[in-house]
Amino acid sequence: MSTDVEVKTLLIDEKEVSARAGQTILEVARENGIRIPTLCHLDGLSDVGACRMCLVEIKGSPKLLPACVATVQEGMEVSTATERLRTHRRMILELLFAERNHICSVCVANGHCELQSLAQEQGVTHVRLPYRNPELGVDASNERFTLDHNRCILCTRCVRVCAEIEGAHVWDVMGRGINSMVISDLHEEWGASSCTRCGKCVQVCPTGALFDKTKVGSDHPKYPDFLPYLNLMREAR
Amino acid sequence: MSQTITIDPVTRLEGHGKITIQLNREGEVEDAHFHVTQVRGFERFSEGRPFYEMPSLMARICGICPVSHLIASAKACEAIMSVRIPHTAAQLRRMLNLAQMVQSHALSFFYLSSPDLLLGMESDPAARNLFGVAAAKPELGRAGVGLRRFGQTIIESLGSKRIHPGWVVPGGVTEPLSAEKRDAILALLPEAYANIKLALGWYKQIAEKFRQEIEVFANFPSLFLGLINEDESIEFTDGALRLIDAEGAIVADGITASEFTQVIGEAVEPYSYTKFAYYKPLGYPQGSYRVGPLARLNIAKSMGTPLADAELAEFKQLAAGPVQSSFYFHHARLVDMLYGIEKIEQILSDPLILDKHVRATAGVNRPEGAGQAEAPRGTLMHHYKVDENGKITWANLVIATGQNNHAMNQGVLQAAKHFVKNGKFTEGILNRVEAVVRTFDPCLSCSSHAVGQMPLVLSLLSADGKVLDRVVRS
Repeated sequence: MSTDVEVKTLLIDEKEVSARAGQTILEVARENGIRIPTLCHLDGLSDVGACRMCLVEIKGSPKLLPACVATVQEGMEVSTATERLRTHRRMILELLFAERNHICSVCVANGHCELQSLAQEQGVTHVRLPYRNPELGVDASNERFTLDHNRCILCTRCVRVCAEIEGAHVWDVMGRGINSMVISDLHEEWGASSCTRCGKCVQVCPTGALFDKTKVGSDHPKYPDFLPYLNLMREAR
Repeated sequence: MSQTITIDPVTRLEGHGKITIQLNREGEVEDAHFHVTQVRGFERFSEGRPFYEMPSLMARICGICPVSHLIASAKACEAIMSVRIPHTAAQLRRMLNLAQMVQSHALSFFYLSSPDLLLGMESDPAARNLFGVAAAKPELGRAGVGLRRFGQTIIESLGSKRIHPGWVVPGGVTEPLSAEKRDAILALLPEAYANIKLALGWYKQIAEKFRQEIEVFANFPSLFLGLINEDESIEFTDGALRLIDAEGAIVADGITASEFTQVIGEAVEPYSYTKFAYYKPLGYPQGSYRVGPLARLNIAKSMGTPLADAELAEFKQLAAGPVQSSFYFHHARLVDMLYGIEKIEQILSDPLILDKHVRATAGVNRPEGAGQAEAPRGTLMHHYKVDENGKITWANLVIATGQNNHAMNQGVLQAAKHFVKNGKFTEGILNRVEAVVRTFDPCLSCSSHAVGQMPLVLSLLSADGKVLDRVVRS
């Protein structure tokens, strides 16, 4: 590792912080105890900036930037919790709830769901948009796990963990926009796919979209914290 | 000119209901119906869901007896899995089911019906509720609240939630019982015994005052259906069904859940969203039968617990054969509760009750499965079909209220004919017509698998269909 690290100094929520060049705003904020809500980001996976929960305001920029992929710049002034951001975050969550069929009361992830916790944290008390109530299927063909598209928020954590960590790249996204769907292999049933049954996608799924068949009735905590250790072990080899 | 009386909504029931009484030109009661007025569609929207989700989905039908649905549903799933659950899991579920029966019966007897029994059918409707009971006879009100709390506390202790506990799963339960929880439940027993004894003693004193109601509250010969053990003792969770006739002779015996759908049919009437179950060999409506506390006590030869056995012997003295008046549902409910408390005590003394092995696992081993249990209101049956991946392709539920539906309608007609004369009726008379329905403690949300509050409407219609009078309760 090189010792001559280029240091950037910036302001996050009026706090002076220093960072290494190339670090993301999210990383630096977390190092300094500033919490930015995230959903598609997961430590140990590449970032795609898909969910827009981590949007931040940068002084002088009319655009909001996703903190998980925006890198720090010298003299940047970042705000992470303005009223404008809170409004946007609540709207993003409401859109997610309205898009598919999220019924917490009978969901296996109830009480262990990142979407649910974020909604509570961001003060989403109700959804102002009409629910779309799409008719979506359930893939129960895998003998160990189930995929329920009704609960999928297209964060693509499963796609990334399968491609980047397991190296199998079974999952990918089909279609565009509102018609996007997570598929296994070339849109085959999960049970008939090249899946290795490792279960990493289930552990990283933030909602009840991917779950273990033996878990029912809000009995399904997930443990995605293993990813950074897995990466460390692989780099050490 | 003929008339129709409508009671809409019917009060102190679990769900939305309506009664219409049709009068002829002479002002005499010609016909009467009890309508269940909402539809929910649980059987339809469970299609496509993985079968192991069914208990938690189906429990949402009802906030009063979610446990019954959990158990019948889990048993149907176990039939699909072809597993026999561990002994301890079966015992724990039995205890949960009994705890729910006690709390639900306490709700029915004390909260919904004791105002009629204590304060009188004609008393001021504004005070004819649990608060009126608590003011007039505080110890009775307290006993009711105490028994409801007893059941709910056990459910919460076992399932970590009072309503819709997620603890019952296909294959058993998720968590074993701890010694602390067992001791906490044991500590609740003395108060529960005192409360049920007080209620039984009081009920027996006042029952005679209701001679007229006993005569006409759905008092007619009918078939009775309920679960029973091999030794002919009462059963709520396992066992098999027995159907007896009005004389007590066995019509069908040893009916398992998978045989249920072969012998029990469901008829539809245009005036209600609740179906009408009947015994297929006799056809509809001749094959209509009653389920619930009255049916269970009529069928069982013993309770298997000492105090309840003594009460059963006394209950059997009420009639030469099966007890026919639905007014005695109240009495039977109290005996059920006493049995429930005693049985919970017995289960807790099972040496294996703290065993850690409480769940069996398996995949889809059969394309179809059915499960049955006794809900507080009577026999409950869940029947599912699945595809090769275990996704539900078809579901059918037969609910206690649907099985009592024909008897409730007959009972409403019988009471209306007796009490409504020359087209004249008072609030107290209409309350008696409602009280007939209350004896059955129907759960309308379960029966229609429907959602809503609990009002009832009674309307009086003329022969040309004009509404002459309408009483709305909310």
